[in-house]
Amino acid sequence: MSEVRTQQVTPSLSTEKPKKSFLNKIGFGFLYLLLGGFAIVQIYPLIWLLFFSLKTNKEVFGMSPFSLPQDPQWGNYTKAWTSGNIGVYFFNSVWITISAVILTVILASLVTFAVTRMNWKLSGPVLGLFLVAYMIPLHSTLIPLFKMYNSTNLTDNPLSLILSYTAFNLPLTIMILLGFYKTFPREIEEAAVMDGCSVHRIFFQITLPMTVPVLSTTAIINMIYNWNEFVFVNTFISSDKWKTLTVGINNFVGQYLTDWGAIGATLVISIVPILLAFLFLSDKIVEGMAAGSVKG
Amino acid sequence: MKSVMSNKFVIALYTLPALLLILVLIYIPIGLSGYYGLMDWDGIGEMKFIGLDNYITLIQDKVFWSSTWHSFLLAIFSTASLLLYLAISLILASKIKGSDLLRKIYLIPMLLSSVAIAQLWMKIFDPTNGMLNTLLGYFGVENPPIWLADPEIVLYAIFIPIIWQFAGFYILIYYAALKNVPDEVIEAAKIDGANPLQIAFKIKLPLISGVFKVTIMLAVVGSLKYFDLIYVMTGGGPNGASEVMASYMYKEAFKLNNFGYGSAIGFGLLVICLVMTWLTSQLTKSKDEVQF
Repeated sequence: MSEVRTQQVTPSLSTEKPKKSFLNKIGFGFLYLLLGGFAIVQIYPLIWLLFFSLKTNKEVFGMSPFSLPQDPQWGNYTKAWTSGNIGVYFFNSVWITISAVILTVILASLVTFAVTRMNWKLSGPVLGLFLVAYMIPLHSTLIPLFKMYNSTNLTDNPLSLILSYTAFNLPLTIMILLGFYKTFPREIEEAAVMDGCSVHRIFFQITLPMTVPVLSTTAIINMIYNWNEFVFVNTFISSDKWKTLTVGINNFVGQYLTDWGAIGATLVISIVPILLAFLFLSDKIVEGMAAGSVKG
Repeated sequence: MKSVMSNKFVIALYTLPALLLILVLIYIPIGLSGYYGLMDWDGIGEMKFIGLDNYITLIQDKVFWSSTWHSFLLAIFSTASLLLYLAISLILASKIKGSDLLRKIYLIPMLLSSVAIAQLWMKIFDPTNGMLNTLLGYFGVENPPIWLADPEIVLYAIFIPIIWQFAGFYILIYYAALKNVPDEVIEAAKIDGANPLQIAFKIKLPLISGVFKVTIMLAVVGSLKYFDLIYVMTGGGPNGASEVMASYMYKEAFKLNNFGYGSAIGFGLLVICLVMTWLTSQLTKSKDEVQF
């Protein structure tokens, strides 16, 4: 059977070869068109946003949405920055994000170290608690959290955000760290124990420095999540001085329903830091996104 | 040697801070949510115990079930669109030049906040000055839809930015998984005369079925929790046509001050999420067994 088959296939292959490569070229061209088209769909809305952020209302309402800004209105940006409190929101986003990221990464490292390197009976169940927490929708905790913060005077206090971000990002962070710790050789730590090192020195001077690559990955993922977080800020924070960019721009944009230029400028300002980070750290971000999902 | 690494005090010192955080801010609140659901409570005044009244109302509440249905629809759409992402990933992973750059471009929307995405797409959907209807006009569509203002299509309209947001993320996952398929396996199949489609369907896809299962889970659970984008774009409207579980909970509690009933909805959301997580894992498990 198989002999007959190969005999049939071989001659037809030789005659088909030039035709096939021609078809292949068309096929590949088509595929590139598809992939390129999809790339345009993903990127064009942002270019469009940049364009209308530089337009006057006359251009927005009187001309085609696809026209280029005739005389770039950089004034839209100064207007957004000065009249919209954006500077304050921006500053809040930065320091709240960074505080929560540092807290999360340190606490998650301590837990992962204790679970993977130290010997205790309850390490399995404790780790389980962290991993199961990943499944819990944060919206189900919102009302009780609101009451809790209210009765401890933490509403309208950025501490409520930092604590919530940390708690809800711990599970994913631990999951990512766990994968790294498990593949990581224990020999150096064991040698340090033999030399009489204390646990703290081992953790802070050996383990933590050695896990810097995965720490930066988790830090970046945490940073993106915290920077973009909306519902906690919207629920717990009421005064303008503590609002972060997401809620701030949402409120600000709501007031300027018809001023597309100012709205666009505000959105661009909120997007640029993330895009800049992506420009310089894209490999780390890609890695982190993949790690976070596959482990989950 | 062992004693240093099993020092109870150090273990407690290292784990308790994080453990306390998730217990106090995640586990205790979900218990409290179920408990507050038993109360008549406006969020400010005294709580009044009313037994299962809120939960009975919830079961008979048409708005709750339509919100749940909308969440389920989003979950179904999201799961179906995984096939599109998978197809794109298959092409990307078949030794295409520039796949790295393309993958990164696809990912960009995923980095933006849902608020920014919602605000941007409200402008894109704008019936008269928006990009989408102008584009449709170029193609000769005379009566383009009014998108977010039309209760019949608002849910489908909302799903467009959701695809836009998450496509790059899923493509990234699939691409990474496909790149992990060993080259030898594919070379062997080529020598045996398998064509690209056979290689894709008979070799690559079965080998990444584990990752596919994870993404189904992410898509389903993520959709059930979906909130930010809808809250900003439509607030659940027009007339409840795009209300989902989380937005309904938020509206009842923080807009209408029905914190007791809101808690009951929140608890319902939790139960539905956990059941769906379990169900999805069971369904994908049995599918797996059939394949191999």
